[in-house]
Amino acid sequence: MAFWKGKSQAPDEDPPPTSLLARMRTGLRKTRDVLNTDIRDLFKSEGRLVDDPFLEELFARLIRTDMGVGPATTLRDQVAEEFRGRVVKLEEVLTNISRQTEKMLSGQSNALFEAPSGPTVILVVGVNGSGKTTSIAKLANNLHRSGKRVLLGAGDTFRAAAVEQLTVWAGRIGCEIVTGPPDADPASVAFRTAQRAADEKFDVAVIDTAGRLQTQTHLMQQLDKIRRVVGKQVEGAPHEVLLVLDATAGQNAISQARGFSEVAGCTGIILAKLDGSAKGGVILPIHQQFDLPVKFIGLGEGLDDLAPFDPKSFAEALF
Amino acid sequence: MFDSLSTGFQAAFKSIRGKGKLTEANMRESLQTVEQALLEADVSYSVVQSFMEHVTEQALGRRVLLSLRPDQELIRIVHEELVKLLGPVDNSLHLKKDGCTVLMLCGLQGSGKTTTCGKLAQLLMEQKVRPMLVAADLQRPAAIEQLKVIGKTLGVDVYADLENKDPVAVCQAGVKQAQASGAQVVILDTAGRLAIDETLMGELKRIDRKMSPDQVYLVVDGMTGQDAVNSAGAFNEALELNGVIMTKLDGDARGGALLSVKQITGVPIKFIGTGEKFDALEVFRPEGMASRILQMGDIVQAAREAHRIVDERDREEMERKMASGEMTLDDFKNMLEKVAKPGLMGKMMSLLPGMGQMKELLDSDEATGGIRQTIGAINSMTAQERRNPKIIDAQRRARIAKGAGVQSPVITQLVKQFEMMKPLMQGMAGGGTAERAKMLQQLQSGNLMNDLSMRGMKSKKTTGKRLSNDERLKLRKRREKELRQAKRKGR
Ligand SMILES: Nc1nc2c(ncn2[C@@H]2O[C@H](COP(=O)(O)OP(=O)(O)OP(=O)(O)O)[C@@H](O)[C@H]2O)c(=O)[nH]1
Ligand SMILES: [Mg+2]
Repeated sequence: MAFWKGKSQAPDEDPPPTSLLARMRTGLRKTRDVLNTDIRDLFKSEGRLVDDPFLEELFARLIRTDMGVGPATTLRDQVAEEFRGRVVKLEEVLTNISRQTEKMLSGQSNALFEAPSGPTVILVVGVNGSGKTTSIAKLANNLHRSGKRVLLGAGDTFRAAAVEQLTVWAGRIGCEIVTGPPDADPASVAFRTAQRAADEKFDVAVIDTAGRLQTQTHLMQQLDKIRRVVGKQVEGAPHEVLLVLDATAGQNAISQARGFSEVAGCTGIILAKLDGSAKGGVILPIHQQFDLPVKFIGLGEGLDDLAPFDPKSFAEALF
Repeated sequence: MFDSLSTGFQAAFKSIRGKGKLTEANMRESLQTVEQALLEADVSYSVVQSFMEHVTEQALGRRVLLSLRPDQELIRIVHEELVKLLGPVDNSLHLKKDGCTVLMLCGLQGSGKTTTCGKLAQLLMEQKVRPMLVAADLQRPAAIEQLKVIGKTLGVDVYADLENKDPVAVCQAGVKQAQASGAQVVILDTAGRLAIDETLMGELKRIDRKMSPDQVYLVVDGMTGQDAVNSAGAFNEALELNGVIMTKLDGDARGGALLSVKQITGVPIKFIGTGEKFDALEVFRPEGMASRILQMGDIVQAAREAHRIVDERDREEMERKMASGEMTLDDFKNMLEKVAKPGLMGKMMSLLPGMGQMKELLDSDEATGGIRQTIGAINSMTAQERRNPKIIDAQRRARIAKGAGVQSPVITQLVKQFEMMKPLMQGMAGGGTAERAKMLQQLQSGNLMNDLSMRGMKSKKTTGKRLSNDERLKLRKRREKELRQAKRKGR
């Protein structure tokens, strides 16, 4: 799996595992069946005239992906410009909007950065309940399976039983974990994780953090401290700061991306919970406004439910 | 001062002419703005559409107060309709008089169910009601442990069975134990699940059938987007919800999903979560939420306030007096007193169309001083003089001036200008055309509305920001009262 931007290997040449992609498609098909929110419903087999009512319906479907008014307007206007007044077949319009979306989303690598020497330190951040801890487990599992020595850091010392949660995952994966006493300073746990990763020559350390809202300045500063602390232990650390976004989130995700980027210096996004009926279209405006590639998508609660982000299949699944 | 005052009013009248009513034309732009605002607040598209239709219907032909521009009047209506849609308020947990009330929390993964369990338990304990928690989330690693820790922190019993893999059985055993131990309320913390996961939704239905909980609440993340209609709809269909709790509203999420959820389920919104601590659960208030969704707090509040203080009877009385030329210095003083309140004055003035210069003028100390001086002068007059200023001769003038601490020419000028204004107002009021009567009434509201109390302003704060200790105490008191009432009602 092309999780690593290895120096020797060419970046992302392997396609994402078909089982996951298939599962995503099934999930989305299920959504369509149940909720009837498919763009395909806009069309009859003989095609449809692209007029104002059609464009409005299209706009509604676009909005429902959570991409927001801006991108939805852009896409709708593009369709209008190209097809207005014509009777079109579904495939034509679909190809058009998927290609536009794909273009909006591509251009950045989804591979993880690998430290040239010493352990690669990955910090995982995000709002409460977005899926941080579970995503860490999935990511760690993937790396572990690919032969890396993985160390977890239970940096959420705030939420009840957060340490236990990650510890359970570490046990299931069979990887090591660094924990602190309850209510310990998260920075000290992060520090010890980085230290141990360096001392014991782990390939990668993934550090969990407590959920926090981007508006909580004090808690956001804490992330900055964690950054500095691990940076002192391992050169260039944290090498990746991954922001976990909940796919059911709406436009507030933009504020999350802004807030966490500014303080924690995010390097990428994990889009969790994409196995539900939510489409996660908000990554479009996020991609336009910030230099933040989506690196992985979460497709379930199990250890295998993580896939590298692929703009093409995401764009196709959106509509 | 009077000169500029009347010029200001005249300018205002000009700008409102032809804009007295809300029409499709003068609303179009504002409606679009509102629609976009709602979409950006994550209100579902379909809900926005039907809402906008409804608002347009409500607004068409409505009179615009002078104190508001058409767009502000429209926003006021939008706010009003939002409040209606989000209400009515029912914060009662509908506790049973005897025996153990069973509450069940459900929702998507990560929406905040477990934390909310703790908050509800705390709320109940504040009411001297003994709660118990049941750890029925057997899915997420350490979810049971999380609830146990919460229980320990709060001093609340938690039923958990680490061996049992069947949530239905756990719930049954939990409720049984709660009843045996004499707990008055038992809260079931179920696992988060996707609304499209048929297996897990089936499991939830089984719990619902077996336990027949007294109240089932859906816990919704305040940051939810368009998917809210789908998930809330599915949960409601599966379970017949009794209420909704929206979480994580201490951040900057607009929370528009709540409108979608309310629309699709029709069940009351009970509480909102505004922090990670266990006392960060507030009773739901539609007004604050509506302002938050619109994110137009100030305008909405000011507009609402302007409406509130237009007393119909006052208005008619004043209108009649002005039209008949009966207006006295007393009436005039009343108007001025309202205008002279500092601070709020400027705020309200800026909302008046064409009142730009007026605002600057009246905001200055000099102007408020002038108004105060005028009021002082009128206060020094006898009732007779106020009714009929014509009787004010040199002697009376000297007395009044002395009483008000001003030079006597000030009194001369005051009387003169009042006499000048009277026919002007009479002209406006008595002209007979509907348009003029409307203006007059609006002039009224323009003046009266300065009686802006802080009460209106405060309400916009409570949903978002953390509360001060004082506010917390008040909130708690209110909550206690509401709960007491709720409990009584529930019996
Ligand atoms: N369906 C689905 N559920 C997920 C996914 N990722 C996480 N979850 C679930 O979402 C819930 C919250 O996940 P956590 O990993 O605990 O989230 P977190 O961000 O660490 O939460 P806090 O530490 O409490 O802020 C759990 O029930 C997870 O099982 C996903 O991709 N799909
Ligand atoms: Mg966590």
